[in-house]
Amino acid sequence: MSTVLKMADVSKSFGQAEIIRGINLEIEKGERHAIIGPNGAGKSTLFNLISGKYKVTSGTIDFNGQPIHNRRPFEINRLGLARSFQVTNIFPRMSVFENVRCGLLWATGHRYSFWQLVDRQKDVQERTKLILEQLNMSSRADVPAGLLSYADQRALEIGITMAGGGEVLLLDEPTAGMSHSETDYAVNLIRDITAGKTLLIVEHDMGVVFDLADRISVLVYGQIIATDTPEKIRKNAAVQEAYLGTEAH
Amino acid sequence: MKTLLRKYGVWVAAAILFAVLPAVFTSNFALTLLCKMGVLIIFAIAYNMLLGQGGMLSFGHAIYFGMAGYCSIHLLNGMAEGMPYFPVSLFPLFGALVGLVMGIAIGYVSTRRAGTTFAMISLGFGEMVTAMTLIFVTFFNGEDGIQADRWVGPEPFGITYGPQIEVYYLIAIWCFLAMIAMYAITKTPFGRMSNAVRDNPERAEFVGYNTQRVRWLAFSLSAMFAGAAGSLHAINYEHIGFESVSAIQSGAVLFMVFIGGAGHFLGPIIGTVLLVFLDSTLADYTEAWLLYLGLVFVAIIMFAPGGLAGLIVMHEPMWKTDVRLLRKLFVPYLLALGSSLILLIGAIGIIEMIYFITIIAVGRVDMHLFSIPIKVNEVTPWLVCTALIAVGVQGCRLSYPKVAESWNDAMIAVKARIAG
Repeated sequence: MSTVLKMADVSKSFGQAEIIRGINLEIEKGERHAIIGPNGAGKSTLFNLISGKYKVTSGTIDFNGQPIHNRRPFEINRLGLARSFQVTNIFPRMSVFENVRCGLLWATGHRYSFWQLVDRQKDVQERTKLILEQLNMSSRADVPAGLLSYADQRALEIGITMAGGGEVLLLDEPTAGMSHSETDYAVNLIRDITAGKTLLIVEHDMGVVFDLADRISVLVYGQIIATDTPEKIRKNAAVQEAYLGTEAH
Repeated sequence: MKTLLRKYGVWVAAAILFAVLPAVFTSNFALTLLCKMGVLIIFAIAYNMLLGQGGMLSFGHAIYFGMAGYCSIHLLNGMAEGMPYFPVSLFPLFGALVGLVMGIAIGYVSTRRAGTTFAMISLGFGEMVTAMTLIFVTFFNGEDGIQADRWVGPEPFGITYGPQIEVYYLIAIWCFLAMIAMYAITKTPFGRMSNAVRDNPERAEFVGYNTQRVRWLAFSLSAMFAGAAGSLHAINYEHIGFESVSAIQSGAVLFMVFIGGAGHFLGPIIGTVLLVFLDSTLADYTEAWLLYLGLVFVAIIMFAPGGLAGLIVMHEPMWKTDVRLLRKLFVPYLLALGSSLILLIGAIGIIEMIYFITIIAVGRVDMHLFSIPIKVNEVTPWLVCTALIAVGVQGCRLSYPKVAESWNDAMIAVKARIAG
């Protein structure tokens, strides 16, 4: 196995507050890697550093051997690293179809083209339809995304993220705010549509994490205290004390 | 054939409309109006590429319109003095080039930021160019502006652009082409991403788009079409003045697009036709017409931020799911409209009477209000108008919540259909 994403001594401070404190983490190609930790541990901040929303204070992040820390979000996305958001972040005024299509226009090479009608681009239309089928949303393709139910908007969020065909997907709490049945559905969806891709996922729902992840990293106060398989994480004493002991029983 | 007609029927209809309009409205006044509308429709749609499609509020977009106009006038005058000939029919291409070059240059600076910063920068550039018209007299000729004669050079197919009707068809053809081009641009990858950057710039960055680039491109293309319009403006009037680059023109196009509706392609067209028409007709009926325009603008911003086109389009989910949903809205709408009308009549009455006694005819008392002869020094007309306002306000207070309620009911029904 080869490393696709490598973080070395990554730190991030906001003023005096050091949120991420020297993280070292290597994500293997094709694995599903979950990051768990109590509220305020810095999970979302970590995602924002990887995806380019924030600049690192120190340390390096390499994607396939190429440094990506401090590069801009669209540059990182073009390299093949896509992310979703904890708070639903879609294009509410556009149709479901268009939302997904926006996710793949750059990746299919259409870029800033203003000389071709997008509806006539077969590759784009076909690929969008395919993703909508995977999301089970073909029948609602023309619905304005803002009118979808919350769970469907979350699913669409993931659809936009994976539409560009990035090899690494960062999913930030994809099941946040969902009911039990919705969560089950979402987990199956994620497993299906991310097959063969590298997945880095922040999640609060332990059921989802132990169900989905190949490896788990535990983030506490901006530091990773353990990285291992779900079984070993479950038995890890430090983890139990810091995290599972208080939240899971 | 049927699908072709459905697809291009609107454009065929538009082409026919452009062709027959001068035959329907034959007066000189109508022809002048139509020419003005044609020019400003191009400008308004171009402006809406920025405001409606790209989410950038510019207070200085007349720069590209006006500068292309100045350059076109200089080109006309240059040709009259022996410069190489450039066909007058193709002037909009020259204007578009001027607009594009300026748009690329100024857009590079101003589109680095969106929102308030962008708006302020656009205001700054607008004021700067307006100031330049008074400073660089050789190019702008100050407040007088510059004249030119559009009847220059050879006369291909006998077209001299002497008669106004020839200018009308020049404007109509270019307006038609520009409309198609600008509509098509909204349907390209760039056009869709321009909307995406408007709605959610953060998300657009995370699907691989440089939002500054998208805005810059939208700005440059918009300036290009504004330039084409400015060139036609210069040919139409054979004169260009400082007001064409100033805040007056920038504000006018903003009004047209906002009142028509920035959210829909038809909005700027509706707004332009309406405002150009009102501008030249209402002014004959009432001196207070600019006040009414201001009030309409405020009312639109408060009650229909999507403009007139927005009012129509917001019902789209309903007629798409079930037309019967619209029928339930009919009565509440009628009541709200009636109350608003009563309020409006009362308000207009008061405004007109105040205008009459303070400005138009100090000391006189006989005036016509809605064609009814009245005496402004009597109490009755004031009482009647005040009563109308009171009735209208009360009616609005009762009927508006009903409108909102039935609207929400209908939307809930639509959402239920979508989910189920």
